[in-house]
Amino acid sequence: MSKDIKIRKGLSINLKGKAKHELSSVSRSKIYAINPPDFYGVIPKMVVKAGEKVKAGDVVFFDKKDEQIKFTSPVSGEIREIIRGARRRILSIKIIADTKDQFKDLGAKNPSKMDAIQVKEFLLQTGCWAYIKQRPYDIMANPADTPKAIFISAYATAPLAAEPGFALQGKEKEFQAGIDAISKLTAGKVHLGVGSNDSSFLNNIKGVEIHKVSGKHPAGNVGVQISKIDPINAGERVWVLKPVDVAIIGQTLLTGKYSPSKVIALAGSQVKDPKYYEIIQGAQIKDIVDGKLKEGKSRIISGDPLTGMKVTPNDSIGFYDTEITVLPEGDKYRFFGWMPFFGNDKFSMSRTFFSFLTPNKEYDLDTNMNGEERAMVVTGEMEKVMPIDIYPMQLIKAVLAGDIEKMENLGIYEVAPEDFALIDFVSSSKLEAQDIIRQGIDLMIKEVG
Amino acid sequence: MNFLRKKLDKVKPLFEKGGKYEKFGPAYFGIDTFLFVPNHTTKRGAHIRDGIDLKRVMMVVVIALLPALFFGMWNIGFQAMGEGHSFWEYFSFGALKVIPMIVVSYVVGLGIEFAYAIMRGHEVNEGYLVTGLLIPMIMPVELPLWMLAVAVAFAVIIGKEAFGGTGMNILNPALVARAFALFSYAPHMSGNTVWVANGGADAASGETILGVLGTNHMPTTSVYDMFMGYIPGSIGETSVLMILIGAAILLFTGIASWRVMLSIVLGASLTGLFFNAIGSDTNALFNFPWWKHLLVGGFAFGTVFMATDPVTAAQTTKGKWIYGFLIGFLAIMIRVINPTLPEGMMMAILLMNVFAPTIDHYVIESNIKKRKKRLQKVKA
Repeated sequence: MSKDIKIRKGLSINLKGKAKHELSSVSRSKIYAINPPDFYGVIPKMVVKAGEKVKAGDVVFFDKKDEQIKFTSPVSGEIREIIRGARRRILSIKIIADTKDQFKDLGAKNPSKMDAIQVKEFLLQTGCWAYIKQRPYDIMANPADTPKAIFISAYATAPLAAEPGFALQGKEKEFQAGIDAISKLTAGKVHLGVGSNDSSFLNNIKGVEIHKVSGKHPAGNVGVQISKIDPINAGERVWVLKPVDVAIIGQTLLTGKYSPSKVIALAGSQVKDPKYYEIIQGAQIKDIVDGKLKEGKSRIISGDPLTGMKVTPNDSIGFYDTEITVLPEGDKYRFFGWMPFFGNDKFSMSRTFFSFLTPNKEYDLDTNMNGEERAMVVTGEMEKVMPIDIYPMQLIKAVLAGDIEKMENLGIYEVAPEDFALIDFVSSSKLEAQDIIRQGIDLMIKEVG
Repeated sequence: MNFLRKKLDKVKPLFEKGGKYEKFGPAYFGIDTFLFVPNHTTKRGAHIRDGIDLKRVMMVVVIALLPALFFGMWNIGFQAMGEGHSFWEYFSFGALKVIPMIVVSYVVGLGIEFAYAIMRGHEVNEGYLVTGLLIPMIMPVELPLWMLAVAVAFAVIIGKEAFGGTGMNILNPALVARAFALFSYAPHMSGNTVWVANGGADAASGETILGVLGTNHMPTTSVYDMFMGYIPGSIGETSVLMILIGAAILLFTGIASWRVMLSIVLGASLTGLFFNAIGSDTNALFNFPWWKHLLVGGFAFGTVFMATDPVTAAQTTKGKWIYGFLIGFLAIMIRVINPTLPEGMMMAILLMNVFAPTIDHYVIESNIKKRKKRLQKVKA
């Protein structure tokens, strides 16, 4: 059964440096890391100390708010250090990896024969629970909940994003096993969004409702698909997973070993030969990018250019990220750079550059703001890139005013910061919409829960 | 331009936080960012950004205004000097009248904007680039410069800064200036003598078409003259052709809302048709063909450049349709029914500016209701 989703609103940003369909491996990093800030809202409580030995799959820390939720080591090795920031907040746990992994035996399972409680127990013990996120709020799923449905988007529309169909090739068995397990966790359906041009095995997965999705970015955002399939109402919970992570869960179940490897894209105009690489969770950025970048000042981003995090070579790839993008830094002045119809190497949703004449051109965009932050003046631009049935400008204003009732009425439960990423991009007032929505969500968690 | 950049970088620390002239920072950065798009890079949120910013938006509007402005200059000469002179004679005559008005508008308006920016410690906003050009374009050419200065000051201080500055104002500042001038200096803003420079000594009549209609006479002006703009009127409003070129620029670039423009034309046409159908012996305006309403007075200019101001228009998509339609309806209504105001466009837009937030409120309320209904259905 297939229910198609067509998204009309949005904006596809055609960037230079797309990863070509070619898979390489990178040499094993010496150091891997788990970064608690990747898990939004989790307060880590350490289980191991610096200097201790761990196996892949051993618990490193758990969530103070819910001790069942454990986070495990992606590799075997020795805890090198626990890096803390302001107010002793744990930022990163670095692990010196053994040359060959030793695995904690978690016991291989047949997911189709497990019940909900067993699945839950297994995911919590192995650290796989961390792959499940909850909407509303875009935070870690609560094991005590039974979500009304589970959503997976295997359609990537963000600029330079890794294509799930390619990244998952050869992992059909694992992906199906992952689906079999997580489908036990909901009373409702598991919805899988697949790109309408995708011909991979994703179309043959069983136990899910497949939706053929087409349209511009953000059609691939799971939040957009939820809003078209079964919108979230106040008080409801749905869970979301990334397709690559479903395969990791499946692989852990089938083998009884936590071996979280995933295929990521290394892309962007500053990458010499953009393509796909297979890595292990928590790999160091420099081990992935070294020798592969062009000359010049670059910004390395873990994630896509709209929602990713700026990282340094010593950081590690984000837990949920499926690409590393490298773009040129834009710390340059431009003389009369605001003059309409000049500076046509820039991309714009408006037709105030002659770049509209070349719609298929790939753009080499840098990180310049292209202006300064201003009061909201232009209307209608946010609506053009917001396919969810909400009023984005009014919601942003409600958040800025801290008006909880209004936020609820205007649909804060239906959105995640990533759904506002394109608003960051198109805003002529250079609004930080993702940041504002995150603040709104924080306020909702605090006041409503 | 490296030389200029180096000079600016040299004095920049004086105006930054902790610098000697920190207080004047907003003024310095207003100029610096005008000359150079800053080297700021993204810190939070999306790492890449659209090439557009408010300066670019405002400049597109200014460019869209230029055809009407240049035509206005020419037309002032044409109206005042009558037939038989060269293009440049007309144009330079008009330019000499109009340029001082533009200078006064920018000097007074930007002066106040910079003063507010320094006082409040925020950046100078670009909004006045457009407002400053709009104000002279909707004034009669013979308005004394000091009155223009007072009207500009009123519009910027009371119309805009009192509400919190750019983006917060309820009324279109340019129309506030015009309304202020109209009510304060009525003899200079209406009648037969103000629309043509030097009292129209050499020209036949300075009467506007709507003025003629107000006296219950059918004007004899040809449709061609109305469309091309060879008629007396405010500096920028007479030529429908030039305004349409501006509209094309605004719509093509995606800067102005086509919904607002289209719905105003629809609203005005239907209302005009309605009055045509009724007819009247005592009021020529009832019989003035509906489509001619679209060609005369400030209708075209208001539709393209005034009503589309995003800050004071309705902000929601549905709201824009309602807002525009009602402007068109009210503009013709005021023109035809109200004997004291020959032109209704300005009042219609100002009135709908006031109601725009209310329209948006009800549009959004319907979205909220839909969400609540969905919740109710799930609960049931």
